[in-house]
Amino acid sequence: MKKFILFYVGLFLLLGCEKKDCCTNLEPITVTLQFTHNWDGIPINSSDFNTFKFTTEHGEQISIERLRYLVSRIKIGDFEKNYQLINIGENTGLELVLAQIPQGNQFLKFTFGFTDADNIDGIYPDLNSTSFNVPMMMGGGYHFMQFDGKYKDSNNQNANFNYHAIRAVNASNPMNLILEDTSFEVEIGTFELSKNTAIEIKMNVAEWFKNPNLWDLNVLNTVLMPNFDAQKMMSENGRNVFDVGTISN
Amino acid sequence: MLKKLLFTISLFLFINCSSKEEELYLPITYNLEIPSLFSQKLIAPVIPANNPLTQEGVALGKKLFFEKLLSGDNSQSCASCHNPQNAFSDTNQFSNGIDGKKGIRNAMPLFNLAWNFDELFNWDGSEFSLENQAFEPIRNPIEMHATWKNVAKKLQNHPEYPTLFKLAFGTSTIDSVLITKAIAQFERTLISGNSKFDRFLRGETSLTPEEENGFNVFIDEAKGDCFHCHGSNNNPLWTDNQFHNNGLDTNISDLGLGAKTGDPADNGKFKSPSIRNLAFTAPYMHDGRFATLEEVINHYSEGLKPSITIDPLMKKVQQGGVQLTSKEKADLKAFLLTLSDFEFINNPDFRNR
Ligand code: HEC
Ligand code: HEC
Repeated sequence: MKKFILFYVGLFLLLGCEKKDCCTNLEPITVTLQFTHNWDGIPINSSDFNTFKFTTEHGEQISIERLRYLVSRIKIGDFEKNYQLINIGENTGLELVLAQIPQGNQFLKFTFGFTDADNIDGIYPDLNSTSFNVPMMMGGGYHFMQFDGKYKDSNNQNANFNYHAIRAVNASNPMNLILEDTSFEVEIGTFELSKNTAIEIKMNVAEWFKNPNLWDLNVLNTVLMPNFDAQKMMSENGRNVFDVGTISN
Repeated sequence: MLKKLLFTISLFLFINCSSKEEELYLPITYNLEIPSLFSQKLIAPVIPANNPLTQEGVALGKKLFFEKLLSGDNSQSCASCHNPQNAFSDTNQFSNGIDGKKGIRNAMPLFNLAWNFDELFNWDGSEFSLENQAFEPIRNPIEMHATWKNVAKKLQNHPEYPTLFKLAFGTSTIDSVLITKAIAQFERTLISGNSKFDRFLRGETSLTPEEENGFNVFIDEAKGDCFHCHGSNNNPLWTDNQFHNNGLDTNISDLGLGAKTGDPADNGKFKSPSIRNLAFTAPYMHDGRFATLEEVINHYSEGLKPSITIDPLMKKVQQGGVQLTSKEKADLKAFLLTLSDFEFINNPDFRNR
């Protein structure tokens, strides 16, 4: 009896191995995404926060005080990670390790924010626990980005801005919210993966204020969540913020 | 061969067990009763692996929390400043220590502490973990002003404590580490999750139109915009447990988080308190400067003071705030009071018997 079992176990293991070996003999690899941030090429780290260090395309000096954003459906080949919250001030989420990625040519893309299908109110405990929600009166779901800081206004006084990206909402009739999915897909490109690889994904924060919509913080500074047009503009500007950086093995 | 192996293994297990058995240390696991909204909406509470909750540990921690022997002259316990009737806070602006000395901070209420995921305690986040926090008040000269050596000795000579420590931790040798562990276990059981608003969210009751409107002021980015820091229906802690300068002063005397980190960008930042149980926790803010909720709301509405480190979420600072109408203010207050948890403050499990 025991011998039988042993035999079957052995057979099974043997077959198991054979299957793996049959075609290419390629071990899966690990891909590490490294999210880095810059202002037109000047690196931004948490140590660059809280000082008037950067100037927007429109000409306002700004100080970054809080910057966290969400990317979702991070896809490399057939592999998909549901979402990742990146918080620059707290240095969390800056690295995403994707293990067991098959070798070969793989396409990398992700969504900035949540698509409507995923943007469901209150269902992600980790995001609730870190207060990333959007109240129901503004359509519910989650922030895509919470970017808070100060700018020098036209009188050179400090003023606050809350550049919060969410699903666009027109709440002028609270009984009938008009919603528009303003998340967008970011295609990073195809990578030939043959060993463990780190891929840098760069966000140029200056782009949020640049192109195609030149952003005037004197006009658009706070209470942007319920501002439908501002959300559309953020979404348009966001298309240019991500870029691939260094690839290293 | 196989049989021999099995025999040896079981012998080994057996020996292992029996050597532990001599201690007769079998505390019973304490099951935290987590409110349904918490388990649905939040990640798991923080229970350190080296201090799991046990019934014996929690019971001991409770006894210690109300124990005046923990102070230098046996006149004060933790509960002297953290009174269950006040959601484990007190009614003074600054609490009196045993020598009648006052600090510069308002006693904090204690509830839902296991959900402080970053485990930074005190107004300025100066203590990491509840175990470490509990070390401090006992030796603080303006609080219980004792020495740990004396406290451990007093408890060691007490007729009951050595047995209670033996039951909870398997040793009757009492020291500061076990005392703080037991207190922390008790503190983690202080859960407040059954206010009127919780019952509303569970579909068990309804809000008045004023309360409902007040909630809308709370979550409206153009009005209160309180939810970015003080939680919401999706974050039933009603705090982010993060540090912010909410615009109390232009000239900052108590540096708060800044004194701890040494970073001037943190000056004037304090931990957002939960807005649960405000009915029982007056006065308000880190220095207890506001006696009433009206004063708090007026502060956010038109009393904001500019400073370098004021949080960007504070709007229209140059005008003092967003200028809520008197109706909006009254409704906001009515909403805030729906977060009062009477069951929590009257819970016999949390009272000294
Ligand atoms: C004399 C009054 C006083 C006594 C006695 C006292 N506390 Fe406190 N407690 C305070 C004050 C004041 C603060 C806020 C301290 C600060 O921020 O600097 C505080 C803060 C705390 C906090 C932090 C809560 C949070 O959410 O960050 C905990 C936990 C706590 N106390 C537990 C205890 C325990 C346990 C004891 C007994 C060992 C105790 N306290 C005794 C006054 C007191
Ligand atoms: C930027 C984050 C932030 C926002 C937005 C905010 N608060 Fe606060 N709140 C805090 C902080 C931080 C404190 C403690 C400040 C201190 O003591 O120095 C506080 C204190 C309070 C307190 C006192 C609680 C106590 O136990 O002492 C109440 C009540 C309160 N806030 C209500 C509100 C309301 C209502 C709103 C919206 C109108 C609001 N807060 C908006 C961060 C915030």
